[in-house]
Amino acid sequence: MDSVGLHLNIDYVGSSGVILSPEQKAALQTSLVILQNENKFNRLYFWGKIFGVKEDYFVAQGVSKDEFAGRRNFYSKDCIRWGLLPPATQAMRTQSKLAKGRFTGDPSYEYEHTTTKKVGEGEEATDEEETVTIKEEDRLASVIAEIDEDVRIVPRAAVIKTPTGQVVCNRSFEGLTVSESAKLCNYMHFREPVVMNQKPLLQRANLDKAIDFMDSLEEDIPRGSWALQFERGSGLVVLRSLLWQGYVFYHVPGTRCQGSVYCGTGEKNLDLPFML
Amino acid sequence: MSDQNIASDGSKAATPVASTTSIGDPQDMTPKEQDFLKAKSYLLTASTNTGLNLYDHLSMVLTRVLDERPDNVVDVFEDVSKDAKRSKFTSDVDTVQEKIDRSTEVALAQIQKKLFSKGEGEEEEAAQDEEVETPLPNLMELCFYFEQAGIGLNREEMIRVWLALKNLVDNHPLQHLRFWGKMLGTEQNYYVAEVEYREGDEEEEEEEEVEEAQEDEPPEEKEDDEEGEEQEEDDTPKPEFKPPPVTPKEDNKTGVNKKFYFVCNDPGKVWVKLPPVTPAQITGARQVKKFFTGRLDAPMVTYPPFPGNESNYLRAQIARISAGTHISPLGFYQFDEEEEEEEEGEARDHFVSNLDFEGIPVRELIDPSLSNWVHHVQHILPQGRCSWWNPVQKNEDDFEDEEEEEEREEPDEPEPEVGPPLLTPLAEDEEIGNLPPWTPTLSSNLIPQYAIAVMRSNLWPGASAFGMEKKFENVYVGSGHKYTQENYSAPPPPPIQEEFPSGPEITETEDPTPEEEAALRAAEMEAAEAAEEMEDAEEEDEEDD
Repeated sequence: MDSVGLHLNIDYVGSSGVILSPEQKAALQTSLVILQNENKFNRLYFWGKIFGVKEDYFVAQGVSKDEFAGRRNFYSKDCIRWGLLPPATQAMRTQSKLAKGRFTGDPSYEYEHTTTKKVGEGEEATDEEETVTIKEEDRLASVIAEIDEDVRIVPRAAVIKTPTGQVVCNRSFEGLTVSESAKLCNYMHFREPVVMNQKPLLQRANLDKAIDFMDSLEEDIPRGSWALQFERGSGLVVLRSLLWQGYVFYHVPGTRCQGSVYCGTGEKNLDLPFML
Repeated sequence: MSDQNIASDGSKAATPVASTTSIGDPQDMTPKEQDFLKAKSYLLTASTNTGLNLYDHLSMVLTRVLDERPDNVVDVFEDVSKDAKRSKFTSDVDTVQEKIDRSTEVALAQIQKKLFSKGEGEEEEAAQDEEVETPLPNLMELCFYFEQAGIGLNREEMIRVWLALKNLVDNHPLQHLRFWGKMLGTEQNYYVAEVEYREGDEEEEEEEEVEEAQEDEPPEEKEDDEEGEEQEEDDTPKPEFKPPPVTPKEDNKTGVNKKFYFVCNDPGKVWVKLPPVTPAQITGARQVKKFFTGRLDAPMVTYPPFPGNESNYLRAQIARISAGTHISPLGFYQFDEEEEEEEEGEARDHFVSNLDFEGIPVRELIDPSLSNWVHHVQHILPQGRCSWWNPVQKNEDDFEDEEEEEEREEPDEPEPEVGPPLLTPLAEDEEIGNLPPWTPTLSSNLIPQYAIAVMRSNLWPGASAFGMEKKFENVYVGSGHKYTQENYSAPPPPPIQEEFPSGPEITETEDPTPEEEAALRAAEMEAAEAAEEMEDAEEEDEEDD
């Protein structure tokens, strides 16, 4: 969610149990302005909160002109001092999937993962233990990247791709109508398209290149991994991801007001197929 | 720019329009004016597809741009143009002006409006109400603390819940009422209220339940009848297997059914009372992991099959969460000393609030040893009850044939299941792997002297509590699932049934060969002959006698 007007927008997700204490709100309002100014970000998002066992991480994400390129993530434990997270490389992401359990709240904590390998052949084979250490800071960066890729969403047409390939906010976006907002096909994954490129040309022919350049939620697997609810009758639409429990997206139909926040333990819900 | 091009090839198309323009004779005009005329007439050409023309469209777009004066208009020019075209097709005059807006937003607002209206004659009663103690909690005060702690729901929603709770108090004779929390579902959510009825007034409620119980009974009777018939016929073999006795559910006001729960989907909608929970449902709920849909009558499609529908599952999860996460500062509650003497040997399930409770400093409440917080809801045993019930003893009570009972060997007395007693400190809670079960934090590190203690459960993510001086409260906002380190896997199907022990009586013998048969027949013949001879001999003997 945009850091501008955070104190107002955070109320939209309050019904899902995402609450910031007044002190945190005040602190964020102060520190995010400074963070944005120091790093010359075009926009700064309050990305969310990851619960640790001892302490929690607050995460902010800054973007330059292009919403996709040049994303940088920051984390903080006290909402005031922000530390830059390393960009999540593919190697880091595969490695941090080995780390099990909750975040501790100490960025320098190291998870250990031991794998036993068989070395040699035949009777000479011996088990050899290989220990991988994963730094919590790296895991945090990877999880944020995973969540961004798996579940971060925007309403259709809220962002557009310019002819030069930049992804920017659509100034003419006026919100989805109530009936539109009830359909999953009007929400897009806020990431480089994955499924889109595999679709046959025939299906892609009628799409608006400026708007439909991302994957829609309709084809998400498993079906039903989103809980779409109207609150206040139809005055607010809330989408909760069941895959990454704690990810909440809100949109007020008919207005530009939209955003999302993650507030959870940073663990993917792998039990999802059993739970539907 | 491209005026000349337009003028040159536009001459043909422009003729019909040009004739209607009010400009004078074209021969009187300068070439510039002629070019202008040609260009304009071209722009006025109506599209054969849509009937629009560019001249009108551009003037409309430019008018709109000049009216609205957006920044960097050139960036959004296409969209303004598109919008202008779109608006052509939608009529801005609503033909059905008297149409009633039936949107869900309005519908809900209508429902919730009732919450905000004062009932008739209530003002007069207000004076009396002040004297009578109301069970309605001061939710706004609690909300203030929840907000400090960063838990619970937002303020405006709390007000609605509060009003809905007030509604509940007005319609039911309640002794005690508490906002339990919010259960997130996939389609709708549940707001849960925890209530206790006033002494005596609950009879009505109990009567309802008795009726329910009676409804349950008939199928059992039927089964008995069937058994009787079977005995009479005596043809079909009766299976020796007897299902293990069903653990009886705990009575109202004890154990897991100590309190009643009401749920509603939205504040202002009807509060629905959840049925009491049975041990089978608790043990069933432990084995499944499922999202709530938000419809109480939704069937539970799970393996192993869950006994009941979503309302039963919801009630079972509420019982489990309450037992696991309802905590209070040490010393806030104490056991009733009078009762203590009466119930010796049995686990005590009753406590009263300690009037002399002084309050525990916040610093001590967030002590990582957790010894200053206690559970005030009874632990649920593996059996699904809070007090252990002996399945063997029940067997004897069953009226069966006495002989049968004598024959049967007395099974060993099962080991009673024991859980931690009531008001056990959290320090005794088991760790989840190497994860501590609770995370204590302080609401503010900047002004610690006014901060409150916040406890967050790691076992039931979403459950939290705050405590300060003499105040404390628990709340749950979440999807109702327990945290496990391992991923969920459905329990394996039961083992394959054992085969009947193979013995001589069920082994198939080999068919005799024709030779063997012939030999047998010959032997039989011989035997018969011998017997005849014997008989003859006997007869002869008899005759001799």
